[in-house]
Amino acid sequence: MPRLKSSTLYGWLLFAPAGVMLTLFAFTPTVATFWQSFFSRGTARRPSRFIGFDNYEGMIADPVFWQVAKNSLWYALGTIPTSIAIALLMALWVNSKLPARTLVRMAYFTPTILPMIAAANIWLFFYSPDIGLLDQIGRALGLGGHNWLGDPSTALLAIIITTIWKEAGFFMIFYLAALQTIPPELKDAATIEGASRWTWFWRVVFPLLMPTTLFVLVNAMINSVKLIDHLFILTKGGPNNASKLLLYYVYETAFSYFDQPYAATLTVVILVTLGLLAIVQVRGLDKRIHYR
Amino acid sequence: MTTFKNRLLGGLALSTALAVGTALPATAEVELTMFYPIAVGGPLTTVVDGMVADFEEEHPDIKINAIYSGNYDDTRVRALAALNAGEPAQLSVLFSIDVFELLEQDVIVSFDELVETEEDQEWLDSFYPGLMANGVVDGETWGIPFQRSTIVLYWNKDAFEEAGLDPETPPANWDEMVEMGKALTKEDGSQWGVMVPSTGYAYWMFQAFALQNGVELMNSEGTETYFDDPAAVEALEYWVSLSQDHGVMPSGTIEWGTLRQNFLDGQAAMMWHTTGNLTAVRNDAPFDFGVSLLPANERYGSPTGGGNFYIFKDASEEEQKAAFTFIKWMTAPERAATWSMDTGYMGVTPAAYETDVLQKYAEAFPQAAVARDQLEYSAAELSTYEGGRVRQALENAVQAALTGAATPAEALAGAQATAERLLRPYR
Repeated sequence: MPRLKSSTLYGWLLFAPAGVMLTLFAFTPTVATFWQSFFSRGTARRPSRFIGFDNYEGMIADPVFWQVAKNSLWYALGTIPTSIAIALLMALWVNSKLPARTLVRMAYFTPTILPMIAAANIWLFFYSPDIGLLDQIGRALGLGGHNWLGDPSTALLAIIITTIWKEAGFFMIFYLAALQTIPPELKDAATIEGASRWTWFWRVVFPLLMPTTLFVLVNAMINSVKLIDHLFILTKGGPNNASKLLLYYVYETAFSYFDQPYAATLTVVILVTLGLLAIVQVRGLDKRIHYR
Repeated sequence: MTTFKNRLLGGLALSTALAVGTALPATAEVELTMFYPIAVGGPLTTVVDGMVADFEEEHPDIKINAIYSGNYDDTRVRALAALNAGEPAQLSVLFSIDVFELLEQDVIVSFDELVETEEDQEWLDSFYPGLMANGVVDGETWGIPFQRSTIVLYWNKDAFEEAGLDPETPPANWDEMVEMGKALTKEDGSQWGVMVPSTGYAYWMFQAFALQNGVELMNSEGTETYFDDPAAVEALEYWVSLSQDHGVMPSGTIEWGTLRQNFLDGQAAMMWHTTGNLTAVRNDAPFDFGVSLLPANERYGSPTGGGNFYIFKDASEEEQKAAFTFIKWMTAPERAATWSMDTGYMGVTPAAYETDVLQKYAEAFPQAAVARDQLEYSAAELSTYEGGRVRQALENAVQAALTGAATPAEALAGAQATAERLLRPYR
């Protein structure tokens, strides 16, 4: 009996650090956010009061929310598949025998090392109409200048491209590591069987990379919600909300408009959506993944 | 032995006395924490640090921790967070238009309460009324002008000469700006006639157009806006026409942050920008440039902008007094003059422009006095209750019109409806 007790205690002690940390920094804020979303915006002159689902009703009636949600969806659809595909291509390329391999790997990885704000400042000048790098190249090819960030039809696209540039190198590192764990015997066996490079990739390499792909996919999805630093520099969500993303809107609501409860409401929606997506991803994909 | 003991005791007593002697002023010292923003380029933190060091030398009993906290939004967040968390913050430089928000959060004290002597009152009355407009609510002064700016027209004299225009004459009115803009615009897009920034502070630029067309966008109580006034609509139509009808400005929005570079690269022959950029443009421009009042339509006009000093309510009486002393010192004519020369921000009092240093500077560099000359026509920056949302609504309307997503009339009607809804509870 005392032995069991001590082992129970031991178990609890092992659990304690993670338990305390998660409760303090994850669960409590989540519950507090949820609770706060049921109150009205309070100031010293007009104290906050309980208003039930009013904030949620307000959100559904808020056209900016819907536009921002739509932008975020396009942003996710634009960044996730492209950056994963590019990362895989880059990894295959730098995994093969080529001269100055280390240099190329480093070049691909550089964007990841740069802080997003610094990267955005560089891209701000790339996109700058007429004087920017993009338009200078365009002019050399005989194309006219374009106001990339100032045109609502291209602002979000410009943001997406910057993100892909920033992220692909990071994901490449994971693919590269995974590629190097593939045993060379498999390649030899495939060669003896006379498999084409195409078959080799789709039937052997790609399935073996699936665990990495799931990991990268989850990360890319989180980043598509989380990564908004460049908005502050590049467009501030403009023109006319054309490039505003959900988390940026949350920041703006909380710290420019001082409407913490509405910001909490938006945060709850993000949390619920992300939670549901994570369940779908892990449940749905896990079964099809071959773990060694 | 006795002598040694005596000596030892004497030595101890002496060192204790010394320690007490040096420690005493330290305990009597008032320590103040101030957050301040910088919204333009250039190494302005060193300028602020230098001024603070000079002040501490003159007032050894007051210690100032000046903390640079990013742009205006960041600084407001930082200061309010510090106040909420009970961290020390006795004064700050915050956006002049934040006054309604700060009042509503009930965190600032009025300067009238801190005035004790006649000299204090004289100091309070010494500022340009145009700069005080944003700091006075319900007849009381809540903010003291410090890093204040206004919008001016910068023009590239070399480009004017090349286009066959008189390099010494900038456009005086809207029609002239279009005429000159046409002469200056090159077909291949390598040089545009004029650029007015429309990201980040589009509402501010729009306010200038509106003032020039004879309309104020809000009342001084911060409870009403007049975005859909026909004169305001006309002002936005003019702005939009610069690119859509006359082709003298690039279409779409123009980035606030890169515009100075466009001007320095000769891509914009004229630009509208804050005077806060003056010193940076002066240091980097490879060509001769001029600075003038913004062109007029019905009248001249530009809103003021920039940061004010605020004193927080949570500070003790002693700290508030020390903060008051510091602010008085920072805005004294000589300091205001140095600050203006180092940055391009305005000297905040007429007395600053009468100092020898600034007069000599303005003689050699007349561009420095333009902001002051424009003060006569200037008005308070757009500032209302729910300011963040109201400004954002106007910002979106301006951008929608400039990018062709809505007509100026539709866009402004939408912004006005939003503002109405937000401000109704405050009337």
